[in-house]
Amino acid sequence: MSDIAERVKKIVVEHLGVDEAKVTENASFVDDLGADSLDTVELVMAFEEEFGCEIPDDAAEKILTVKDAINYIQEHG
Amino acid sequence: MAGAFDLDGQVAVVTGASGGIGGAIARSLHAQGATVVLTGRRREALDALAAELGERAHVVVADTTEEGAAEKIVAEAEKLGSLDILVNNAGITRDTLAMRMKDADWAGVIDTNLTACFRLARASLKGMMKRRHGRIINITSIVGVTGNAGQTNYAAAKAGLIGMSKAMAAEIAARGITVNCVAPGFVATAMTDALDEKQRDALTQRIPAGRLGKPEDVAAACLYLASREAGWVTGQTLHVNGGMAMI
Repeated sequence: MSDIAERVKKIVVEHLGVDEAKVTENASFVDDLGADSLDTVELVMAFEEEFGCEIPDDAAEKILTVKDAINYIQEHG
Repeated sequence: MAGAFDLDGQVAVVTGASGGIGGAIARSLHAQGATVVLTGRRREALDALAAELGERAHVVVADTTEEGAAEKIVAEAEKLGSLDILVNNAGITRDTLAMRMKDADWAGVIDTNLTACFRLARASLKGMMKRRHGRIINITSIVGVTGNAGQTNYAAAKAGLIGMSKAMAAEIAARGITVNCVAPGFVATAMTDALDEKQRDALTQRIPAGRLGKPEDVAAACLYLASREAGWVTGQTLHVNGGMAMI
């Protein structure tokens, strides 16, 4: 597993306080991991901080799963 | 054991701390143990207040309407530990009847009294969200609710603060952050000192409590809203006006 994926998952575990085993690549933040709209904003901000990039709102809206986040950062990070 | 409204170990930013009400708010939070960041445009007044308070007082000279000022103030506060309390107190007036009001009078008041407060609140949220604790207090005014001839710009900005506070409060209540307003009535400051005796008497007659407010009256309301005890109070406007408007 890539370093980016590890870091993304770590952030998700920390921010949402969920069991690491639940944070699979296909897990949806809202449907599977119980995130609300504020959680998703916080997650995006945490990704921005961790990877030193800016994720515009229209891109952030499309980051719905762990995999979406990893893919976006791999492409833009 | 800590007493009521204890703020020991917390950091508070007070904008407009060089003014009468801002200074009283800073003194009150400081007296309860908070480290205070005093911001304003007049260094001399801020330095004098910091010297009076002694330790746990820091001065950041800033014009809150300038780009990047909010981020700078928040960064200075976070350096002292964590920004726990933001009091958006800085405000200006450019009074004139609507028919005579210039665009610059309108925009200047909206920029300072509303937009700059939003920017500071937004910049404060990041750390507060992470720590699951924060208190944002916006100093609005009785005229934001009642209106006042000659103050269309000021009344609009102050009413705007109330709406802004409610919306923000709803967004972040689940994170332990409260957003409230304190709405002073007529408080004795340099502004009311300019009135003659007759004008002051006329004003006082409209206040059931029979006197103008003191900056300390406003500061006490801020202290309550800044405290941990007020954690379940959010999106509210606390009117401090000697009974002049009962809303």
